[in-house]
Amino acid sequence: MSTLDIFALANKKAKGKRPNFLDDPAVERVLSITLAVAGELAVMRERLDTIERLLQSGQPVTQDAIDRFEPSMEEARERAMWQQEYLSRIFRIVQQELEALDSDDTSSEALGSELAER
Amino acid sequence: MEKFGPERYGPSADVPPPYTVVGRHDMMPEVTHDEVARFNFLTNMVKHISTRVLPGNAVAYEKRARPRFEAQAGHAPSDRREIRRAMSDDPYYKMWSALRLNAMEMRQQAGRSVVLRQLDELNDKAHRLNDGKDTLQLDPDVPIPRYIGAVDNHLMPGSYYTELTEGDVSAAANYDVGIYVTTQGLFGRFTDGAGHGIVKWLRDNHADLAIDRILDMGCGIGHNSVPVAQGFPAAQVIAVDVAAPMLRYGHARAQSMRVTNLTFKQGNVETLDFPDGHFDVIFSTMFAHETSYKAIHRIMAEAYRLLRPGGLHLHLEQPPFHGMPPFEQFLRDWDAYYNNEPFWSTVHSMPMLEVLEKAGFQRERMFETTICAVVDESIFPKAGDFDFGRGAVWYTFGATKG
Repeated sequence: MSTLDIFALANKKAKGKRPNFLDDPAVERVLSITLAVAGELAVMRERLDTIERLLQSGQPVTQDAIDRFEPSMEEARERAMWQQEYLSRIFRIVQQELEALDSDDTSSEALGSELAER
Repeated sequence: MEKFGPERYGPSADVPPPYTVVGRHDMMPEVTHDEVARFNFLTNMVKHISTRVLPGNAVAYEKRARPRFEAQAGHAPSDRREIRRAMSDDPYYKMWSALRLNAMEMRQQAGRSVVLRQLDELNDKAHRLNDGKDTLQLDPDVPIPRYIGAVDNHLMPGSYYTELTEGDVSAAANYDVGIYVTTQGLFGRFTDGAGHGIVKWLRDNHADLAIDRILDMGCGIGHNSVPVAQGFPAAQVIAVDVAAPMLRYGHARAQSMRVTNLTFKQGNVETLDFPDGHFDVIFSTMFAHETSYKAIHRIMAEAYRLLRPGGLHLHLEQPPFHGMPPFEQFLRDWDAYYNNEPFWSTVHSMPMLEVLEKAGFQRERMFETTICAVVDESIFPKAGDFDFGRGAVWYTFGATKG
């Protein structure tokens, strides 16, 4: 099995029809790609965090040291809190849609007309 | 020792522990820094979806879906199926569902990419640990039942049983290396909290039961067979599953953990070839929902046949729908429709004690209870109160045989 075959096999679809939740399959596809990219940015950020912590402690930054890095519980908590803030930022619109559902906001346009009344 | 539980960080700031606390045994796939980071991201994403996105479904239902359903149908949704009809077109529910589906798929991709790049090494390692041991008993003639073969359970490509090459363990290695993403540490470092919970429950409630032989039905990688074998070192534990990759990996994993009173046997627990009354204790964990209506009746009848008089069986499951608010039932039913857990909805609606009665057990010897995960609380959150299954507390049903 070639390395490229392994990449494809790792991606394999599960047996069983995949549900489409969003109205347009193209949107569903873009959501999947966006989430994967978001994940890879988080991976990059954690790697950078590891390198910074190694540098700060004066340890050599080698491939091996990066792979063997184990955060203390306090460091792990900081990293997880970064993840939670990051995810909150990414899913901001989902939160805002919910807030809108729970309010009876008027629009600026409608209010503008009202305020213009003489 | 440092604590990593909600009591330290407060409920609103609760974060999952890092992947690096996951227990390492000799069969566990090697993970690079970035693979660990990917699991950390996915663990946090699952956490975010379940704690920040999921609760909004109740708002979407009350504010939008239920009034619309009532306007059209002339009555409020009366059960989880009508709630599902009301919610299936709701944009918020659809977004939550799409996120959840993607999280499951991404977890599978992440696990498989770790495992497949070291496939040969893992298979060789399993072979070295398993070779010549009579505690691994494979039978390639055991058929894969339709309830396992027709769709891939919880979106796991290839399910439990697919073999990419001879002696393959990849399906099991993927299960083991990534299960932390969805369990969030609640099942313990070695995903063995249920098994430890069973040991504690047996000691607390049946201290006088003589236990020489124990059967684990549908053992998977044996993550709960191992703590039971450790908890009863003088007993022989037999762990049965239909899937060879799980048994190969599970046996090698147990051997590497120096657990030798544990035999892994390929078979379908609907019909086993042990003599009547062979076992003192029979158990299963999160197994009933991966069978079928006909199969679970046959399995309970087989448990009756295999137990000695005075023997006991118990089965840990997700909570039944009985007594649960319909909206909670609807949310939990998601897995039946979209996470390839096709029997989930039916099994959780079934009165399991009636199934036991049909299998031959007597009502007065049956029980329903809850069993809590026993995990390393210095690292992992303590199992909380029964909360409809999201915490590591399981509905348990069973009986002793008269």
